[in-house]
Amino acid sequence: MSLAVEINGLSKSYGKVKAVDNVSFSLEEGKIYGLLGRNGAGKTTVMHMITAQLFATSGQLKVFGEEPYENDKVLSQICFIKESQKYPDNFRVADVLDVSRLFFPNWDREFADSLVQDFKLPLKRRVKKLSRGMLSSVGIIVGLASRAPLTIFDEPYLGLDAVARSLFYDRLLADYAEYPRTIVLSTHLIDEVSQLLEHVLVIDNGKLILNEESDALRGRACSVAGFASQVENFLEGKTVIHREPFAGLASATILGHLSAQDRKRASDLGLEITPVSLQQMIIYLTNGKIDGEAAIAR
Amino acid sequence: MTISMDDSRPIFLQIAERIENDIIEGRLPEESQVPSTNQFASFYQINPATVMKGVNLLVDQEILYKKRGIGMFVATGVRAKIMDKRKEQFYEQYIVSMVKEAEKLGITADQLTEMIKRGDKGQ
Repeated sequence: MSLAVEINGLSKSYGKVKAVDNVSFSLEEGKIYGLLGRNGAGKTTVMHMITAQLFATSGQLKVFGEEPYENDKVLSQICFIKESQKYPDNFRVADVLDVSRLFFPNWDREFADSLVQDFKLPLKRRVKKLSRGMLSSVGIIVGLASRAPLTIFDEPYLGLDAVARSLFYDRLLADYAEYPRTIVLSTHLIDEVSQLLEHVLVIDNGKLILNEESDALRGRACSVAGFASQVENFLEGKTVIHREPFAGLASATILGHLSAQDRKRASDLGLEITPVSLQQMIIYLTNGKIDGEAAIAR
Repeated sequence: MTISMDDSRPIFLQIAERIENDIIEGRLPEESQVPSTNQFASFYQINPATVMKGVNLLVDQEILYKKRGIGMFVATGVRAKIMDKRKEQFYEQYIVSMVKEAEKLGITADQLTEMIKRGDKGQ
């Protein structure tokens, strides 16, 4: 499997602050990745380094096998859609699309035109005058129609309503099926995109705490609820990522698969076991109440 | 038919279960063609690689087979096979928990049998 991105021990410091701390991962060609984490976790910094807009303090970074800095061959294969992309003041929507055509070798004009209709964008309006949601649509159209071998969307849907977001997911999947490429979606809306992702990377406090196939994570965590004393009894020796006391009762979320024996024991103790969604599991791991990295390592 | 997937269980398993359900309920007769990976992916809005994993699971179990260059098909005789598998699961999934809940509510075995008969008539 060839790699689109290869990162080894990458760090970025601003004075004493480590925005990105010794991160290593690789992105395989032709997969859809989710780069997840809270605000300020370091996601955008990582993406800026991959796209050569920021120098790393230390570590190695290769994109399509080469260093990306001032490397036209590599950079022409990347499309990076930022949350707040700036365009020249006098640019109309049509100008953005015209310029994009020059930037991206795989640009598909017909596809871009059909997306403009789907998102109901006024081609002649100045970008400056667009609403927040329309501005996001412009980014999405550029990102999709560029068909860049590495396409990165950083929170692409500020101001977009649910209908437009669903349209984005729909077009993304359909076009990806026809033209497979490496796509990175960085977002907070985990529950909305999780089904689209083949692989999940979670960054917390500058560190990569999770790097796994998303389907392997589903069902990894579960909650047990019952009388507090029985719950405590059951939790012994298990990795607990969340606790919620309620009068004499308690509920706790455990990381790791429960064996048939565990389930039998839970049932004997009168405990109820419920599955936990991928989004909820990531919330517990990154809410700062527990050491998410250590919990996963166990 | 529900379209959304359950995010707390592997989606490839849910895809495999849905295809099995379609076979049991006759929506996918034996020797009929199964929708393509991309059709599944766009219908359920899920990653095509995840769909493929679910389909491959059924290929491994010889429930589906591949016709080169055409697509996936339902094998002959698998409906009965899936039903047998499901019957075993039925005991684990439904009967065990039903008996337990009945005990909790003080429902006797006789009353439970009576209820099942009543439920059957209600159909």
